[in-house]
Amino acid sequence: MNRHLLSTEDLSRDDALLVLDTAERMARVAEASVRKLPTLRGRTVVNLFFEDSTRTRTSFEVAAKRLSADVINFSARGSSVSKGESLKDTAQTLEAMGADAVVCRHSASGAPHRLATWVRGSVVNAGDGTHEHPTQALLDAFTMRRRLGRVDGLAVTIVGDVLHSRVARSNVWLLATLGASVTVVAPPTLLPLGVSSWPVEVSYDLDAVLPKSDVVMMLRVQRERMSAAFFPTEREYSRRYGLDVDRAATLPEHALVMHPGPMVRGMEISSQVADSVRSTVVEQVANGVSVRMAVLYLLLGGSGEVS
Amino acid sequence: MTAGAGGTGGPAGGPAAGGSGQSWVLRQVRPLGGDPVDVLLTDGVVAAWRPAGSTGPDSDGLPPGTTILDTAGLIMLPGLVDLHTHLREPGREDAETVESGTRAAALGGYTTVFAMANTNPVADTAGVVEQVWRLGLDAGHCDVRPVGAVTVGLAGERLAELGAMATSAAEVRVFSDDGHCVSDALLMRRALEYVKAFDGVIAQHAEEPRLTAGAQMNEGAMAARLGLPGWPAVAEEAIIARDALLAGHVGSRLHVCHVSTAGSVDLIRWAKAKGWQVTAEVTPHHLLLTDDLVSSFDPVYKVNPPLRTAADVAALRAGLADGTIDCVATDHAPHALEDKETEWAAARPGMLGLQTALSVVMETMVIPGHLDWAGVADRMALAPARIGGLPRPAAQRWSSIAVGAPATVTLLDPSPWRVVEADALASRSRNTPYAGRSLPGAIRATFLRGRPTVLDGKVV
Repeated sequence: MNRHLLSTEDLSRDDALLVLDTAERMARVAEASVRKLPTLRGRTVVNLFFEDSTRTRTSFEVAAKRLSADVINFSARGSSVSKGESLKDTAQTLEAMGADAVVCRHSASGAPHRLATWVRGSVVNAGDGTHEHPTQALLDAFTMRRRLGRVDGLAVTIVGDVLHSRVARSNVWLLATLGASVTVVAPPTLLPLGVSSWPVEVSYDLDAVLPKSDVVMMLRVQRERMSAAFFPTEREYSRRYGLDVDRAATLPEHALVMHPGPMVRGMEISSQVADSVRSTVVEQVANGVSVRMAVLYLLLGGSGEVS
Repeated sequence: MTAGAGGTGGPAGGPAAGGSGQSWVLRQVRPLGGDPVDVLLTDGVVAAWRPAGSTGPDSDGLPPGTTILDTAGLIMLPGLVDLHTHLREPGREDAETVESGTRAAALGGYTTVFAMANTNPVADTAGVVEQVWRLGLDAGHCDVRPVGAVTVGLAGERLAELGAMATSAAEVRVFSDDGHCVSDALLMRRALEYVKAFDGVIAQHAEEPRLTAGAQMNEGAMAARLGLPGWPAVAEEAIIARDALLAGHVGSRLHVCHVSTAGSVDLIRWAKAKGWQVTAEVTPHHLLLTDDLVSSFDPVYKVNPPLRTAADVAALRAGLADGTIDCVATDHAPHALEDKETEWAAARPGMLGLQTALSVVMETMVIPGHLDWAGVADRMALAPARIGGLPRPAAQRWSSIAVGAPATVTLLDPSPWRVVEADALASRSRNTPYAGRSLPGAIRATFLRGRPTVLDGKVV
């Protein structure tokens, strides 16, 4: 493994599989009666969140604690960052505190890459702007593998605001690395102009793609995109690209419905579909802890065997 | 380059007042890279060309105190003119001052820089442009020609007092809201028309603001990968097309700043074919660097307009070679470290350029054979002087190097390659995108009307 996990684009197939295999072993820890390993005892993991994200922060926190690491939550909101303290100052502060790993969420694409040039510890990208969210993609792949037995050869359809989605980017690279064939579906306004250089098929027609999909991954669509003329109305978006019961019925029987959360029910996904047996939404959250344990374990070179 | 005292004695080297009696012989220098000659600079003008190597301390006709410089192998070019420099003073003296910026200019072979108007306060009144002009005189490293803002406060709402700036001591002829586009079509039309009264030119920063809201880098494959909001080529091209049509319609002069896309080159070619008075500049960084560099997320590569693709770079080189693009302008844009040592989106756009421009042009245009040294002289000295409307008596001969012309020249050693070190540059800022990169050529000397501003690669 590299020292940092900044993106899935530069993650090798071997390293990706190592994370998934390690996560599998971590998942067994979660199922045991004592759900804690001593491997990162005495190590410090800092959750550095410049953007609110209770879900991701909590997931990393649980993961670090299950490995017995000390966890410091450094929430940028209300801290000195909002008083104009720079990212570099924050990095130096964390360095002085002796952080072994910094889990960074930031609204600016590339912020964790900058951080990585200023700290000695490992940096884990927990979502940077509209760039990447590598642990989300790893947990998605982990979920697919657990449910369907493999990732290689799966037809995965990613639907929604691909342009602004770090989840989509990380999934595109990782799934391609792991041998899945990916189709992205969105109104043309919500696809990046450079999407033709991605290892994906592009479609504007969700109905045509669903019957051929082993996995359909719905992305959150923010209502404020409407005001920037990305689409005319919420209802029109929902009609054309939302996953409702009728559409979900056209999926193959084994197909999964995934969502990285938080969902906008009634917009990109209907409540019925979100709560259906196909849906892995809750499972994804649980798997997130296992995958993040694996990532921290591998980056920090945790000692001792994982049973 | 070694200096030896002339046969009649007198001080060797040392600063002399512009146009004063100090004389220099540039022995075996190669004007425009041609055959070597001995060039005599006297009383601020090019006094004579003599056969190469024929001039020694005892030669006839040398004024008292002549210094003979061994300039064998050096290429003599007219003093370079930069139409697009940010000197940051007044307002951001932590990033650059007129003194430090013009020092960098002289070391880069420049004898005139046009100082952009986006200072604080904005150079939108006669008072501010005169202040900048006087600071340039005081520094003495090169001529400083202030650019006046087109609109009050660069706000794009109403015209600044363009006439007052034109008739001020600074004699402003170039007007620009650079950093901002004059996006209002009617205001742009009026500005183009108005400056005809004093032979001014509007230098447009072509960027349709609605198409670039929040933009961080060139829109394309790299932006799609990096998740950075795209700055589409069409945002530049749409404004160039509109402004060319306006300039044609009202018969005015338009200059397009920092052209960065292949499509823009095509549009300017088209406008020139129509016979409209449209000129354009390209920056050294757009001739060399591409948006692949952004993948490091290092804001030293953040610039506006952004770095584009290899295809754009090729089109810009071709456009500069065939004259579609008239000149090279640095867009030298110093920024304090704290404005660059940040996450990408928070960083300010801009790059240093004055001390590396000629080297980059050598690498991208001369070595590949797109331009010879006469072409470089045109694109980096003669054309920008013409576009900038440098004062009329000198304009016909300005920056020429023939006998009788002002002794405003720069001497380049084309042989060495040097690794750029940010800390070694004269600018107060460090934001060079070439740090650690090897570039060809080195400026050995710069003369401004017979007075050396740089000798042996050092500021005099």
